[in-house]
Amino acid sequence: MLQTDQYNINIGPIHPSTHGGLHVEAVMDGETIVDAIVHVGYVHRAVEKIAESRTYTQFIPYASRLDYLASHLPTMGYVQTVEKMLDIHVPERAEYIRIIMGEFSRIASHILFVGSLAIDLGATTGFTYCMRDREKILDLFEMTSGQRMIASYMRFGGFAEDLPEEFIPAARNFLKNIPQMFDEYNHLLSGNEILQARLKNIGVLSAEDAINYGITGPNLRASGVDYDLRKAEPYGIYDRFAFDVPLGEKGDNYDRFMVRLQEIEQSGRIITQALDQLPEGEIRAKIPRIVKPEKGLEVYHRIESAKGELGYYIVSDGGEKPYRLHVRAPSFINLMVLPLISRGGKLQDIIANIATLDPVLGEADR
Amino acid sequence: MAVNNHDEEILAKNNIIVTTFEKLWNWGRSRSFWPLSYGCNCCPIEMMASGAARFDIARYGYEVFRAASRQADVLVVAGPITAKMKPAVERVWAQMAEPKWVVAMGNCAVSGGPFVDGYSVLPGADTIFHVDVYIPGCPVRPEAPFQGLLELKKKVEKQ
Repeated sequence: MLQTDQYNINIGPIHPSTHGGLHVEAVMDGETIVDAIVHVGYVHRAVEKIAESRTYTQFIPYASRLDYLASHLPTMGYVQTVEKMLDIHVPERAEYIRIIMGEFSRIASHILFVGSLAIDLGATTGFTYCMRDREKILDLFEMTSGQRMIASYMRFGGFAEDLPEEFIPAARNFLKNIPQMFDEYNHLLSGNEILQARLKNIGVLSAEDAINYGITGPNLRASGVDYDLRKAEPYGIYDRFAFDVPLGEKGDNYDRFMVRLQEIEQSGRIITQALDQLPEGEIRAKIPRIVKPEKGLEVYHRIESAKGELGYYIVSDGGEKPYRLHVRAPSFINLMVLPLISRGGKLQDIIANIATLDPVLGEADR
Repeated sequence: MAVNNHDEEILAKNNIIVTTFEKLWNWGRSRSFWPLSYGCNCCPIEMMASGAARFDIARYGYEVFRAASRQADVLVVAGPITAKMKPAVERVWAQMAEPKWVVAMGNCAVSGGPFVDGYSVLPGADTIFHVDVYIPGCPVRPEAPFQGLLELKKKVEKQ
């Protein structure tokens, strides 16, 4: 076989398919990838350090800006961590609203995943359809908090305000349209021959490798490992809802795509149940104005965010500000598997691999 | 022969338009910016939303988002510029052909925004290059880039 010199191709950091500031250095032999070196840190905003100079309450908007595609989920993780430190009991109604907002965020994130995957593979129409559906969820967020994308709606012990009257009919209306939405996606994307050719049997991640690399979330479940924190270690009131954990078989790009599509459906199921059971009552527990956890308290709390296991580790020194705040960012850990699944593939597969790993760089770089 | 405004009106009635080449040039440029699709945080998502179905930036003729810096003429700085990203942004800016403009989108690009205290974040895009239009917001709503680009249009028309 003809031997050629190896050469490097830089993908990013300024390129639309890298989902922000990711830089992948592809070592190529002809058209085949020998290695892919991932450089992160282009969006490193020093969030963990900033946290040390903010009070606990002031950090809520920063938590929302970690994973801006599903902004309620990282906020929920942070808020629940502090509640765990202070031992606050959240009112029933607030718990239900948290589930509703969190699952809507997950749907919004997964819809954007489908859209950005489509546009990365060159299907602009798929992107337009997905953004149209995502707007409907953003409308719901805007109704509740006034912000479209990064709502910062949660507070310690509940919510800033109650749901407006028009929220529940609008939410039900969105859920009613999910099957129709899926019809369109299936016609446009999942049943599309080109998309299947670009995704099937590419970027295969075995279950063993996934576990060894610490992959979590939909990427892990696409490899066939039945692990979802909402089932395995229910936080909040997730144990009250019936839902399935969609699993893939091979762990290739197509499985990662399909698992996320099915998760949209399951999230829809959870929201429907939560809306049916939604009780009346308080939406915010009574908590001290200034949050001061005890000295020497260390808490780790994890939730199943849209990207995987999102954990917060907070150390308190008894003051108004955290002594140390660490974020276990699933996007960062999921990205580390990119060289493994890209090796031996073609250059264009890297784009699909990044897209299906679905990293959000704000969270990966923190 | 100099043509004053009164004469221009008379000529216009007879379907003759008098203008300078620069005006015509800027008229075309200002109605078809080609933004570079660069961004590294929440604001690019809203920029994507402004390009998608509901908001549709194509109504103004600015929908040709380019991935290659040599094809673009507007650098929309969406998101914070970090110390690590700075050389890459400067390089992309140098690669863009004249005439070119900078739009700072979002508080991070305007002033560093909420992350200005971070050791790795620059306090605004104007520490690197001359910014033509500032669009504040955290994150910016999708309608805001329209106004920003329309302001840039006014600016370019006067050039």
